[in-house]
Amino acid sequence: MATNSVPRVRVPAQAKAGDMIEIKTLISHEMESGQRKDSAGKTIPRQIINKFTAVFNGKTVFEADWHPAISANPYQSFFFKAKESGEFKFTWKDDNGSDYTATAKLTVA
Amino acid sequence: MLAPRLALADVKAVEDEIKKLYGDKKIDSGKIKLDVPQIAENGLVVPITVEVESPMTDADFVKAVHVFADGNPLPGIASFRFSPECGKANASARMRLAQTQNIVCVAEMSNGALFSAKAEVKVTIGGCGG
Repeated sequence: MATNSVPRVRVPAQAKAGDMIEIKTLISHEMESGQRKDSAGKTIPRQIINKFTAVFNGKTVFEADWHPAISANPYQSFFFKAKESGEFKFTWKDDNGSDYTATAKLTVA
Repeated sequence: MLAPRLALADVKAVEDEIKKLYGDKKIDSGKIKLDVPQIAENGLVVPITVEVESPMTDADFVKAVHVFADGNPLPGIASFRFSPECGKANASARMRLAQTQNIVCVAEMSNGALFSAKAEVKVTIGGCGG
């Protein structure tokens, strides 16, 4: 399940130094809460993405820990103050040990 | 599907989670803008935005905001961890709410000060269980 999680990120390609930019991210994932039961009455085991991390030029700038109360296909947005050009790397950690990653370049004029 | 055996979190469960993080430290009100809908038609996808007042400099920034709910099977929703690089302490996500309940968030500043805010969301169709 959810082995084909596809991340999508929206980062402005360009910004001026000092600009506050909003980073928007979305990833396809069931976020199985561990609270549901199947038709036979057995609890469906939890499998969620439990951590989102945003790194810019090697430095962690934002993280989110997610609990089962986060909706399916989790959305996360946050802000970043543009100073220098570089690259974001986003990582989503699945309960099953997989990591999903995405990158985005930012050019600061 | 209804799950009557499901123990729902309550006000005490949220208080216990906060105690686990911060013990008996004093928590002030203010500084936090908690933006959730007053009424959510669909408890499966309820938007939440938190913003905390802060200059977000290396010396004075918001370290984390923890979000809890007192009417879900489990009290935790999310923890957002900021850095001065964020420029402002603002994060949005979408959450599941099983029923009408209070959202409680606690912000931890870089100097250790704590702030909290609370808001009720009325849920028409719950978003947990089958």
